[in-house]
Amino acid sequence: MIYVVVGLAGIVGALLRYYLGLFVGALWNGLFPLATWLANIIGCFALGWLTAYLPRLRNLPPYVVTGLGTGLVGSFTTFSTFSVETVQLLHTSHLELALFYVFLSMCGGLLMAWIGFRLGQGRLHAQKEAAE
Amino acid sequence: MLWNSALVAIGGFFGAIARFGISNWIKQKYPSSFPLATLLVNLIGSFLLGYIIGKGWNDSWKLLFGTGFMGAFTTFSTFKLESMALYIHKQWKMFVLYLALSYILGLLLAFLGMKASSV
Repeated sequence: MIYVVVGLAGIVGALLRYYLGLFVGALWNGLFPLATWLANIIGCFALGWLTAYLPRLRNLPPYVVTGLGTGLVGSFTTFSTFSVETVQLLHTSHLELALFYVFLSMCGGLLMAWIGFRLGQGRLHAQKEAAE
Repeated sequence: MLWNSALVAIGGFFGAIARFGISNWIKQKYPSSFPLATLLVNLIGSFLLGYIIGKGWNDSWKLLFGTGFMGAFTTFSTFKLESMALYIHKQWKMFVLYLALSYILGLLLAFLGMKASSV
C-alpha cells in the first residue's frame, strides 16, 4: 500500500520536474542547467519544510509524510541528471561553469534545506529564541 | 505532449518505488547513522543515467528511463536534508565524507557510465 502511495506521488514529482524543464527550456537556452538546479533547490526547501512541519500536525497518517517527502519531493529532485550534466559541461571544456554548478547546487541546496526546515519548525529567528 | 507525459509518469512511478524499496532494504540490512542508502541509490543512478545518455537513445526511451525512472530513482533533496542533519548534529567527519563521496563518485560514475555505453 505504502509503495503504491510513493509510486503515485513519484508520478507527480517526476511530471512537475519534466514540466518545469519544458517551461525553463522555453525561456532559457544558456549552458547552465537552470531547470535541474531550480528543481533541486526548490525541492530542498520543500523537503526541509515538510520534514519539520508535517510532524507538528496531529492525526496525520504516516503515509502522507512518506508520500509527500520520499515520493513527491524525492522524485521531483534528481541527483543523476545533476551528475550527468556536470560531466557534460566538463566534457565540453566548460570547467568554470561546471564548478559553478556544483558549488551552487551544494551550498544552495544545503541552505534551502536549512531555511525550509527552520520555517517548518516555526523558528527561523533562532537567536531571538535563544535569547528568551 | 500527452504521450511524453505518460512516459515520464510511468518512469517516475517505478523509479520512486525502486528508490523507496532499495533504501528500506539497505537501511534494514546495514543500519548506520551514515546515509548509506541515499548515497548508493544516487551513485547507481548516476552511472545508469550516464549509460543511457551515452547510448544516445531516442527521446521516448530517454523520457521513460532517464527523465522518468532515473530522475525519480535518484534524489537531491533527501541527500541535502541528510547532509544538513549531519551538520546540525555536528557529525563533521560524516558530513564531509557524505558530500565528498556523493559529488566525487557521482561525477565519476556518470562519466564511467557514458564511457561504458560508447565502447
